[in-house]
Amino acid sequence: MAERIIELRDITKSYGQVYALGGVNLSVDRGEVVGLIGDNGAGKSTLIKILSGVVRPTSGDILVRDKPVNGWSAARSRDAGIETVFQDRALAVQQTIVRNIFMGRELTGFMGWLKVNKEIEEASRLMREIGFTSKVFTPHSIVGQLSGGERQGVAIARAIYKQAELIILDEPTTALSLTETAKVFHFVRQVRASGRSILFIGHNIHHVFDIADRFVVLDRGKVALTADRSAVKSAEELINFMEDVAHPGGLPGLREAGEAEQQAR
Amino acid sequence: MSKTMEPDLESPLRAHAGSARQEWKHPSDHWLRGFVLDNRASLGTLAVFIVMMAVFMVANPTVFTTWYLYSSVLTTLPVALFVVVPLVFVVTCGEIDLSFPATMGFASWVFALVVQAGYDPFLGIAAALVTGMLLGFLVGSLVVYGGLSSLIATLGMNFLLRGLIQIINEGKSMALTGLADSWAYKIFSSQVYGIPVQIFWAIAFVVLSAMLYNRHRFGAQVKVVGDNPDSAQQMGIDVKRVRVKVFVFVGIGAAIAGTFSVMINFTWWPTAGDGYLLPVLASVFVGGTPTWGGIGTVAGGAIGAVTVSFIQTGVVAAGLSGFYVQFFNGLIIILSLLGHKWNQARYR
Repeated sequence: MAERIIELRDITKSYGQVYALGGVNLSVDRGEVVGLIGDNGAGKSTLIKILSGVVRPTSGDILVRDKPVNGWSAARSRDAGIETVFQDRALAVQQTIVRNIFMGRELTGFMGWLKVNKEIEEASRLMREIGFTSKVFTPHSIVGQLSGGERQGVAIARAIYKQAELIILDEPTTALSLTETAKVFHFVRQVRASGRSILFIGHNIHHVFDIADRFVVLDRGKVALTADRSAVKSAEELINFMEDVAHPGGLPGLREAGEAEQQAR
Repeated sequence: MSKTMEPDLESPLRAHAGSARQEWKHPSDHWLRGFVLDNRASLGTLAVFIVMMAVFMVANPTVFTTWYLYSSVLTTLPVALFVVVPLVFVVTCGEIDLSFPATMGFASWVFALVVQAGYDPFLGIAAALVTGMLLGFLVGSLVVYGGLSSLIATLGMNFLLRGLIQIINEGKSMALTGLADSWAYKIFSSQVYGIPVQIFWAIAFVVLSAMLYNRHRFGAQVKVVGDNPDSAQQMGIDVKRVRVKVFVFVGIGAAIAGTFSVMINFTWWPTAGDGYLLPVLASVFVGGTPTWGGIGTVAGGAIGAVTVSFIQTGVVAAGLSGFYVQFFNGLIIILSLLGHKWNQARYR
């Protein structure tokens, strides 16, 4: 069995009386691409915030490489090798590309002074590595001058610096052109090939179906289905299942398969 | 579907692989152009200052070529510089601190008390610095952990601390005549070839702060927090801690400024620092640091302080009556802001 990068056990999150998550179990193994899908309000964003340490769960356990963690925070999450490319990309638009790539993880030497040249070197290398180079910007360019796809490139470059073990991509293809989407897909395959893992969150079920090894469907704060790629024949089947969860009455076969899958885990 | 989604990514990239270095060429790679682009705001401020001085000199050439005029500005300017520069950090961080005049008064009061009690002025300086840090920490914690608006909370703290000074001292000042013979005075406040030495200390402070701002993790995090606090938090930066730190920095700056003002006058007044509130704030914005946070310029702030302190001297020396001072103050501030608006691209 592959090494388990992270596992969430019975995670709940409530905002006052409202439960955003009501007992979620989720795990990601080394080298797999997990597709997380669900309707608006299913709890995807909350789940991502918990994984990235921005939000603390109300109850439940987080295990990193089978060891329970306490004092979970954004810094802890990054230290554990979990990088998140947020839906809004979480960039500081008035700062340079370099400052954004090294946000929260500045390369410093003696007494906290920045290693400016080293940062520029590394930033250039990263941007070239993922193919987000251009004639019109340099590592010194202000992020506010870049296009949506280029900004996504900066956010991804930030995520792959330091060889993260798990990269969470939150709706990475939203508002991107076809070629930019293709770049993101290319990147996902590169990461999987290098033996690292990805949690891919998407609205577009076709995109998720194309890329993921395993699907997790979230519905109203609960995992409605966990299924391996082999158990799902087409994207349409997933879409039908999601409609079925939202409006019960239909497709019993797939649901049984999903339940059997969950019990097996 | 995935076939159509996957254009030939490899070939166009490979074809340019040899010119990969070339791809990063940019107009700003030329050193002069890059320097101008990187320092637009502070260069704009410098231009405003030069134009203003040129107008003054044309108005009254004889006064503006005498050293006395500059010497008097150089005596009081350093006090302002020690607070303008930390305020650039605060404004960049997306906050404001109006409590620094009271911190100046409070820290210099501690300095005066220590010196009056017969201890070495160096000990007084250390005590003033500690007081400034503690007050900065208090104000910062109130704003950050209390979740208060920095504009209102620091205004309140300014009144509160100043009130405390007034209640205890009942308006009485302290004369520190013994200071003139001390080593601290010789090092920090005497004259070298007619130049007040405090300007050298102020310049050193400005240079160190500019390096902190541009080349240190502290400055980098201050800018990111001011730019996008949510992202900063998502990337693991302790946003609250960074915010408290900038208030502590103002406390330190205010303590140094207060101490210098006492050493210049050999006297501590219960109102020490009060007159600096508006000129110092104006200097920050005249210097080219915008109000919305995320960016700013330490060098510009320093030049802004020079500009503001020359307005008063300049207007009077140019032969106009003192009644014109406020008018010109306002004029320079408005013109500077218009200039910066035209000079700076805004991304948020």
